[in-house]
Amino acid sequence: MRLELRGVTKRYGPLVANDHVDLTVEPGEIHCLLGENGAGKSTLMNVLFGMARADEGEVRIDGSPVRFADPGEAVAHGIGMVHQHFMLVPVFTVAENVVLGFEPTRALGFLDRRRARADIRLLSEQFGLEVDPDAVVEDVPVGVQQRVEILKALQRDAKLLILDEPTAVLTPQESEALFAIVRSLARAGRSVLFITHKLKEVLAVADRITVMRLGRVVGTTTASESGESELATMMVGRAVELVVRKGPARPGAAVLEISGLTVVDERGLVAVDGVDLEVRAGEILAVAGVQGNGQTELAQAITGLRPAVAGSIRIDGEELAGATPEAAIAAGVANVPEDRQVDGLVLDMAVEDNLVLDIFDRAPFARHGARDLAAVRSNAERKLVDFDIRAPSVLTPVGSLSGGNQQKVVVARELSRPVKLLVASQPTRGLDVGSIEYVHRRIVEERDRGVAVLIISSELDEVLALGDRVAVMYRGKITGVVDPAAGRDRIGLMMAGAAADPVAPAAPPEAGPPDRPETGAADPPEAGPPACPETGA
Amino acid sequence: MTPDVTPGVAAGAAGATAGGGPEPAVPARRNPLRGLVEANVVVVTALAIVSSLLIGGVLIIATSPTVLHALGRIGSSPGRALGVAGSTVGDAYAAMFTGAIVSPSGLGHAITTGHGWTAVLTPISETLVSATPLILAGLGVALGFSTGVFNIGAQGQLIAGALASLYVGFEVHLPIGIHLPLVVLAGAVGGAVAGFVPGYLKARTGAHEVITTIMMNYVFLDLLNELLATQPFQQPGQSNAISRSMPATARLPHLFGAGLRANLGFVVALALVVAAAWFMRRSTSGFAFRVIGSNPKAGRTAGIDVRKVTTAVLVMSGALAGLAGMATLSGTDFFLSSGYGGNIGFDAITVALLGRNRPVGVLLGALLFAALDVGGRNMQAATGIPLDLAFVIQAIIVFFVATPALVREVYRLRETGASLGQVLSKGWGG
Repeated sequence: MRLELRGVTKRYGPLVANDHVDLTVEPGEIHCLLGENGAGKSTLMNVLFGMARADEGEVRIDGSPVRFADPGEAVAHGIGMVHQHFMLVPVFTVAENVVLGFEPTRALGFLDRRRARADIRLLSEQFGLEVDPDAVVEDVPVGVQQRVEILKALQRDAKLLILDEPTAVLTPQESEALFAIVRSLARAGRSVLFITHKLKEVLAVADRITVMRLGRVVGTTTASESGESELATMMVGRAVELVVRKGPARPGAAVLEISGLTVVDERGLVAVDGVDLEVRAGEILAVAGVQGNGQTELAQAITGLRPAVAGSIRIDGEELAGATPEAAIAAGVANVPEDRQVDGLVLDMAVEDNLVLDIFDRAPFARHGARDLAAVRSNAERKLVDFDIRAPSVLTPVGSLSGGNQQKVVVARELSRPVKLLVASQPTRGLDVGSIEYVHRRIVEERDRGVAVLIISSELDEVLALGDRVAVMYRGKITGVVDPAAGRDRIGLMMAGAAADPVAPAAPPEAGPPDRPETGAADPPEAGPPACPETGA
Repeated sequence: MTPDVTPGVAAGAAGATAGGGPEPAVPARRNPLRGLVEANVVVVTALAIVSSLLIGGVLIIATSPTVLHALGRIGSSPGRALGVAGSTVGDAYAAMFTGAIVSPSGLGHAITTGHGWTAVLTPISETLVSATPLILAGLGVALGFSTGVFNIGAQGQLIAGALASLYVGFEVHLPIGIHLPLVVLAGAVGGAVAGFVPGYLKARTGAHEVITTIMMNYVFLDLLNELLATQPFQQPGQSNAISRSMPATARLPHLFGAGLRANLGFVVALALVVAAAWFMRRSTSGFAFRVIGSNPKAGRTAGIDVRKVTTAVLVMSGALAGLAGMATLSGTDFFLSSGYGGNIGFDAITVALLGRNRPVGVLLGALLFAALDVGGRNMQAATGIPLDLAFVIQAIIVFFVATPALVREVYRLRETGASLGQVLSKGWGG
């Protein structure tokens, strides 16, 4: 299928999200749409998939203009979409999920499971999508769930597949497997529109690349014609530094000492399982791992947001396991939380208030229980300059700033106290390149000032760029602490559970998916059906 | 999945990216927009009141036999039919106005003759008396709402406050200068204790305050009935469920002479409106309350003790409701009987919503509710239209205020962004 977008324009009020966008995807082509958050990629896909209506311009399929009122019409025209957040029913099997909405039926409307399964087998073999049709979706790894989404689209006979940030939740090996699938789809004549902001992926998989910035197409190129820095420049509109500039670490005494730390999640399952870690003053320890392997809970335990079941957390020798967030803050822990909009900011409050969320009740911001609004204001005006926060005014609700500026507000607040340990979770998630550069520089500055820094990130690039040492977390345990020079492949394998020692067996003894040990004695034993083994590369 | 660009972040997104590149948006409309939203709150509330009066008029016509009879002959004498309908509705609302605010003819008479001032001022005095407990309890409920805490227990807390005031009133014998402040304080403490229980339960066990405060209402309602029939609360020599009465030193003084019931309680309520406004805007605790009300997770991450705030807000909310119980007891009733407090605790919830949880809004909402109530009684006496019509009007006002989208639709208003309905639904999940 040949897809053409001509002059597509989409406005939201005075904002032009897509400004006369032209884009052509040839049959059998892997076309990457590259752009920062806010460049208009998702809006364009919403227009294409019938979820938003273009104000101007037209969409042509094989030369004839089409207009979709809803996603159903887009699907009927052979467009399939794999959303960033999967739309699967967790308790259904793979086969049930794939046929949902397009169920093959026998007489009297009974579901024809056998045919569903056979259809899936056929598609799996055709495109190298390994899945077990009878596995329950919630039991299979994220990478496999994504294949289920792709199968769903193929089962509906998609000629053009849109993948929206498909690698955000994958390990490097899973990403490689996805690229192989994408290539086999292209060989079979299907077109793939691959949306991403990651340069390495684009160069690895794309036939052609269209770069968007601020709602416009800034250019179309091919992987062979351009390198990472050219693409970055097109994407951002100026030359950017892709590597973090930092000197060698000069580690001092241990600031954070964690031993035997065990933490449970909301469901009472062990999320952090006997972890030992040490972070010294003046070094950055980066924790790598695919999301959901206990990193979130580890950060919450250190910052006092989640109680420790066992083990100890010491900051400069002071025990903090089981302490409150207030105590952690008082002990010199700064926390840049994973989800700034949920845990970091009060979105409908002003920038100036968010900048003192932690110290609003102390001098100089308060006296005898009354807030000193002038002090709050002048503090905010200073921070806007110091941390390069672009806000119309200090009174603007922080929720109306861009992601990058929101994150700068969080960083500015957290680094405005005397800090011994900085815990930053996914510090650059969803940020534009410029803000990423800034946040990284700031983190390195803190390190050089003698702060112990713990970074938790599922972006391997970030881990390798920032970390002086890299700890890899898998299913609640630290599989090893290595030098970032150990390389992407090695760390990628460790993220999938391989031990740090290259001699050790590559697969963990228990091959099942989430089988965290139960803690509550009264809890019923969790049904752990064997899932299909994860196929790495 | 979210669209890459949302209008709200336009300014920030454009500003964030340094360097060249055409900027697609002209996002210089934020501040005017905010003003418009604020104005819209006022517009919607005003339209809600107008609409409810219109619908009330239709109800008056539909339920009045005289009007219906005249309308039955609309074919033969249309002018008369419409005249009857108009005058019936007009008389009803006029009676409501003169009963709640002032009678223009009485006012003229008083000005020319210099006599009859008491009669002229009685309606407004009654409205103030009626508004006092609504203001106090409404402030308490609003304080909870803006912290994300749903105190549905104002009724119980009000009874608890009244019982405490009553006890201090008849048990303690002191000069009024000491006794009266103690009575007022006792009301606040009684309500605070009643608010502390659900607050503590929520902080320690996570029990939802909506459930526990509602249940506490029954506890205090039955406790009141029990105490009214036993010593030392029961009036000696009485077999009815009636309490001892407050001695003179425990009564709130009248503001405008013995002939008018308006008393110091209204002044206390006004002072607390000012205090509450200052507290929420300028105090550190009020700031913590607002943070927890908007985003408890971010508050907790920043080191605010959510459990302490939850308990504190229910204690303060209860204290204000307790003062409402004190104000009626010590200002006008002087004794307690079964069913004390009527529906004030629940009307307070409505008043808080009507006032959008702002202290001044609560004041205005309470005055409106009190005026409808007091005026409705006069309307019933003067025209025979039942008082229930006033309650129907109250209900319709709240109905419209709670569904701003409906008002916008009916009056073809332009949508202005922030949804008013959010105020009403936020926090119920917790």
